Amino acid sequence: MGIYELSLATVVGINIILAVGLNLITGFCGQISLGHAAFYGIGAYTAALMAKAGMPGPVNLAAAMAMAGAVGVVVGMTSLRVREDFLAITTMGVGFLFLGIVRQQESLLGGELGISSIPTFGVGKMGFFVLVLVLAALSVAFSLYIKRSWMGFAFEAVADDEDTARVISVDVPAYKLAAFALGTALAGLAGGLYCYFARFIVPDDFGFITSISVLSMVAVGGIGSVYGVIVGTALLTLIPEFFRFISDYKLLVYGALLFGVMRFAPDGLAGLTRLAFRRIQRKGGAV
Amino acid sequence: MSPVFRAACERLTMLYFELLIQGLIYGSMYAIIAVGLTLVYGLLRILHVAHAGLFALGGYMGLLITNSTGSLILGMPLAAAIVGVVGMAIYRLCYQPILDQPPYVALIASIGLFIAMEEMFRLIFGPFGLTYTNAPLQSVVQFAGIYLRAVDLAIVVGSLSLLGALSWLSQKTRIGLAWRATVDDPQIAESFGISVLNVRYLNFFIGSALAAVAGVFISLLSNLVEPTMGGVPSYKALAIIVLGGLGNVAGTLIASLVLGVVEAFGTIYIGDILDRDAIAFAFLIIVLMIRPEGLFARR
Repeated sequence: MGIYELSLATVVGINIILAVGLNLITGFCGQISLGHAAFYGIGAYTAALMAKAGMPGPVNLAAAMAMAGAVGVVVGMTSLRVREDFLAITTMGVGFLFLGIVRQQESLLGGELGISSIPTFGVGKMGFFVLVLVLAALSVAFSLYIKRSWMGFAFEAVADDEDTARVISVDVPAYKLAAFALGTALAGLAGGLYCYFARFIVPDDFGFITSISVLSMVAVGGIGSVYGVIVGTALLTLIPEFFRFISDYKLLVYGALLFGVMRFAPDGLAGLTRLAFRRIQRKGGAV
Repeated sequence: MSPVFRAACERLTMLYFELLIQGLIYGSMYAIIAVGLTLVYGLLRILHVAHAGLFALGGYMGLLITNSTGSLILGMPLAAAIVGVVGMAIYRLCYQPILDQPPYVALIASIGLFIAMEEMFRLIFGPFGLTYTNAPLQSVVQFAGIYLRAVDLAIVVGSLSLLGALSWLSQKTRIGLAWRATVDDPQIAESFGISVLNVRYLNFFIGSALAAVAGVFISLLSNLVEPTMGGVPSYKALAIIVLGGLGNVAGTLIASLVLGVVEAFGTIYIGDILDRDAIAFAFLIIVLMIRPEGLFARR
């Protein structure tokens, strides 16, 4: 594996952590978020500032998670007040608010110029890739565990029909906040890893487009399906690289693909796979 | 009162007045973008992000036609008509097939469409934007003691009269009656012989045409159209329709004007902490926390 492939694989790993986090909030618990990049950014800025202050890497990653998760709980509280489309726009607003604050804080957060020359994690490129891979695997395992736990059932109830869930005495607010806390903490972890990977961060890395890309990874993979999200993330991260030979049309292809998947296969790749399996089974039964 | 103090007071009043006027100019422009969006939402429950692509398309069409014919009188209505038809096509080809899917499906499809549209503008018209060869409405007029450009007045007057016409259409005509009936309950409207499909086409035509007019206005304001011009207005228009109570046209109008004024004052007083867009969204979040259904809940 060359340097290029290695860094590409590292980015895929980071994005998987990010997307699995959003899938917890949007896929499992049904709370749509258009501001996921803000928590990614909070994690990245937290880790970057601490790293520049000379703190050790693992501590910084933990701090990035804690910080993003804490802000996530606060933002999650809005989901107790507003629902569905109102929540989508509120979380979008949180994303713009984050950017607006970071851009104007020149002395502390570097303003438009961002933070540069962040120290390395100190384990080399290969070592860092292994670290990302392990953390991504842990996030996926954690996510699968949640899905099968009691909490996962409660999330599903909230996503399905909030009012009915309340009637059968599911503590809806607590589970919503839990989903936001866990999902945004994962985004914070991804952000912390990203700042060590890029070693240079600017506000635009965490803008609305990033939030949308993450949501696209989840939706293209199949909202709620952990394996689907992994495949969707890998595909959408790598596709722009495959299309480098038509680099000028890269974003056009991306937009068209996003539109096409939603238009023709709204359940994403996971939905397509299920459909294919059912067809095969039906054929097998008929013979 | 000392003369110095009085002079200071007058200057401050003048500043407030200018900020208010600035706010109303931006606010009325937001209003004609947001009304189209709120009409679509009221009818279909779709957050139509690609509306901003139509806004940009309107800017391009208006500028190209005006530059080639030398007449804005021709350019603006033609741009509105072309974009209106494109809007209808978007409904037919993009939204109609996915109406029964969960709301995020249409939202993401719309975002994909918007990205693709922005890229097409960049590829076809170039990344740096276009300007008017001979920009119309740039003469300066004095109004109530402050200096305005003709385009500023045209925006306020044009937007308000278009919205007035829209309200007349929806309140006083048979078309408007069919429209309101469909928003209320599409099934019952259909059983009374209203063509729901035609109402939706009309809705997309009018909404998109209004977005195109807004696009032409903003291109006159800055004498520039560029591929990314739809971005910020689109997010802000989404915020506005939520503030106005999603699907509520009158609420959307008031929310647009209020947001325009809040932004104008905000950039002066808290511009060091937050930029213009963040002020808009901070305002949105505060309002939603106090009134979760927006400033004006829907009926």
